[in-house]
Amino acid sequence: MPKAGSDLKLDGNGKPLWLVLELTYKCPLKCPWCSNPLGFEDYSNELTTQEWKTVLRDARKIGSLQLGFSGGEPMVRSDLEELVDEADTLGYYTNLISSGVGLTKDRLKELKRVGLKQIQISLQHNDAAKNDAMVGVKSFEQKVQCIEDIKSIGFPVVMNVPVSRFNIDAVEDIVKLAEYHNVEFLEFANLQYYNWALLNRDELLPTIEQLQHAEAKVNEARARLGKNMTIYFVIPDYFDGRPKACMNGWGAIHLTIAPDGSALPCQEAQTITHLEFPNVKDRPLDWIWNESPAFNAYRGTSWMKEPCVGCDEKENDFGGCRCQAFALTGDATNTDPACSKSPHFDMIASAVENARVTGRPGMPLVMRTRGAVSNLMKKVCA
Amino acid sequence: MFLPHRLMCRDIFISGLRSMCAEEKIELTSQLQIHPMYVFRWEEQEQAYLLLYPEGIVKLNNSAGHILKYCDGVRCVSQVIDELEQEFDQQGLDEDVVKFMEVAHAKGWIRLKT
Repeated sequence: MPKAGSDLKLDGNGKPLWLVLELTYKCPLKCPWCSNPLGFEDYSNELTTQEWKTVLRDARKIGSLQLGFSGGEPMVRSDLEELVDEADTLGYYTNLISSGVGLTKDRLKELKRVGLKQIQISLQHNDAAKNDAMVGVKSFEQKVQCIEDIKSIGFPVVMNVPVSRFNIDAVEDIVKLAEYHNVEFLEFANLQYYNWALLNRDELLPTIEQLQHAEAKVNEARARLGKNMTIYFVIPDYFDGRPKACMNGWGAIHLTIAPDGSALPCQEAQTITHLEFPNVKDRPLDWIWNESPAFNAYRGTSWMKEPCVGCDEKENDFGGCRCQAFALTGDATNTDPACSKSPHFDMIASAVENARVTGRPGMPLVMRTRGAVSNLMKKVCA
Repeated sequence: MFLPHRLMCRDIFISGLRSMCAEEKIELTSQLQIHPMYVFRWEEQEQAYLLLYPEGIVKLNNSAGHILKYCDGVRCVSQVIDELEQEFDQQGLDEDVVKFMEVAHAKGWIRLKT
């Protein structure tokens, strides 16, 4: 019979416990830190309702349990309720990750009815004008109304605040807003620098002093609010000297399906341009997860080079993030430059240092919009 | 869409994030129920009872699963102990069961029926 502290842990045992469906890359917002591909507009062939249902069934068969509906903005899909219904019937714990735009009270009621368990809603600032400037669209009032509606319908509220230098000093005020609306979970999500966020990194990255100040304010709020609100605040890898155990390892527990059906070990994986990611329309999901070259490329530790190979932390952090290694060094088998043992750590350290200097005062941000970026020159003129 | 660090390194092992009321004692007359934040169910693939919660999974060992199975908000703790002693044909489980319930309560998995 049980002993206190019995082993209650769960590892993946080779199963994709976490499934994320990026239903669409369409989104009414223009966040300049968006994690979607820079070329999001090229993805027009979204999976159909029936194709998503097939994915849901096949992923359950290989062990998926937690399911995130994401995007883009998943509310853009008018079949979201139907997909949540199917997912709940199949036994998933269903999470919705939304900006709140398009999440009307009627749709919330229907989502509750068909079994949705949790909603994570993003907010950028407690100041309406600042929030709207950051996402490029007037949306503050709609988001706050949405938080109220989520509460009134009986969902727990997880408020997600993507943190950059433009809102990190407002942590205290954002806590107050969350407190006012009785938010149960507040996440200050320090930006991760991929895709649009990497493009705008020099403008977005806070200084280490800002980060320390914010962390102190979060700790004060935690002490004051106790069990009434859970506040997440993770020191980002740029400032930590240690790489994150990204996705708990490549192909370990996480499976993302992109809008066109591409199967990915993480949302950013398509940034590793030489890997060919299998599509659920062409291949069985079981094969994709277990056998495909893309999912096996960086599984385990056999792909590692020095300093990872000889590092006693390799089983804890898996050498950090493959996408970050590729994006910054051009080789996905390199140690994540966020690791202080990486020969490329200077790249991270200098970005952090540069944030202090505010190096490019005259430079604007590139908002996530159609046609904002182009790779044509590199292709044609290389 | 923006992917937070916490989700990129989802810690499926942390089960105590939502711990609350750690000091409260469990009495034999208490009626306990699964906290509504959690979904408790049998998972065939894992051959185990699970607790699923916002972005988290706890796989319960056999004993823990069977104890929580009886935390239905109707049975009081002494009735849960009776059920378990019958089911497993064992005596003297009360101390272990109460101890586990205190752990589960501290972790926020179960709560006193309201």
